[in-house]
Amino acid sequence: MPTARRRARAFLIWAALAAVLLVPLVAAVASPLLQWRQPVYIAAGFAGIIAMSLLLLQPLLAGGYLPDLAGPRGRRIHRWTGGLLVAVVIVHVAGLWITSPPDVIDALSFRSPTPFSVWGVIAMWAVFAAAMLAIFRRRLRPRVWRRAHTGLALLIITGSVVHALLIEGTMETLSKAGLCLLAAAATVIVAADLGGWARRQRPRPTDPSERGQ
Amino acid sequence: MTTDFISRRTLLAASGVVGVSALVAGTSRLIVPAEAKGLAPTRSMRGGSNNYLPGAPIVKRIGGGGFRMTGTVRRAGDGAPLAGQRIQIWAHTTEGHERDKRSHGATLTDANGVFYMDMPQIVPAFGQPHGHLAYDGGDFETVFLRPVMSSAKDTVLEAHFVLQPA
Repeated sequence: MPTARRRARAFLIWAALAAVLLVPLVAAVASPLLQWRQPVYIAAGFAGIIAMSLLLLQPLLAGGYLPDLAGPRGRRIHRWTGGLLVAVVIVHVAGLWITSPPDVIDALSFRSPTPFSVWGVIAMWAVFAAAMLAIFRRRLRPRVWRRAHTGLALLIITGSVVHALLIEGTMETLSKAGLCLLAAAATVIVAADLGGWARRQRPRPTDPSERGQ
Repeated sequence: MTTDFISRRTLLAASGVVGVSALVAGTSRLIVPAEAKGLAPTRSMRGGSNNYLPGAPIVKRIGGGGFRMTGTVRRAGDGAPLAGQRIQIWAHTTEGHERDKRSHGATLTDANGVFYMDMPQIVPAFGQPHGHLAYDGGDFETVFLRPVMSSAKDTVLEAHFVLQPA
């Protein structure tokens, strides 16, 4: 591919990704619910929205789908983004805890009356487990590592999407559904690609341009 | 678990079905035990007591008002309306958080066992627009309710108590 076309393509991909990540955030900033919430509750909510955005970024980085971030570079950033994901999930839960301790205790102990809490808590534990697994990755057999980490990624995206969609909160409905759909699609595609479920391990793509595009 | 999620609408629909099947059954003996048992007491809802502050004062209205919380209080078994029962109410509203003292208030049922509370508009919090109600007088067993609004735009929310003598 000629350099100019490649650059244009990279620009379009980054612009589209930026829009997909920014639109839900901007829409949430405009939510009327914010005026009746304390700063710590607002911060907790936005930590959740950022976590959802990172769930779109994570599979794209792992799968090498982003321009100039294919292969090891993308995976190195994937590790940092994973750490950031753990951090924002902790901020999300801690902020909600400060806002209303009994509601969070109910959720964490699976006694909450709200059905979305269960899904959120499952996704939270799956995020922690996926991060722990990444820390001890070198002690695991590659196939075991891939299947376990990819399996957890699928659990994380399922739990998070159901959690987000069932909540009536600061996120605007359409932008929320769009972000959830894209994150779920990206996760499923990359999981199928890298999960190690294929009968024969395909060579990992190093650069999108080498895949005949 | 499922009983906690039965809304008033599904309950009405279900009782309609029960009513029709009772008509079909005619004088079937199947419905006799249910009648003998009478009105079953309301069970506390999960999360109902969250952010409860005991001893909320009896008030004319909570804050500026504009939203109405209403319901009935009856006795388990015969369903007799209970007058003068103290119901405590709190919620996340346009004027305050659930944990704020000013978001809490109490009212008494009238001669027909009906209570009303004028309070600020309830807004969605923790994922659902919902309110909290408590009966914790000594004469009957304590009940905590957590009704959910079918739409955040609703300006009325109902919750009904059937109390079991302590």
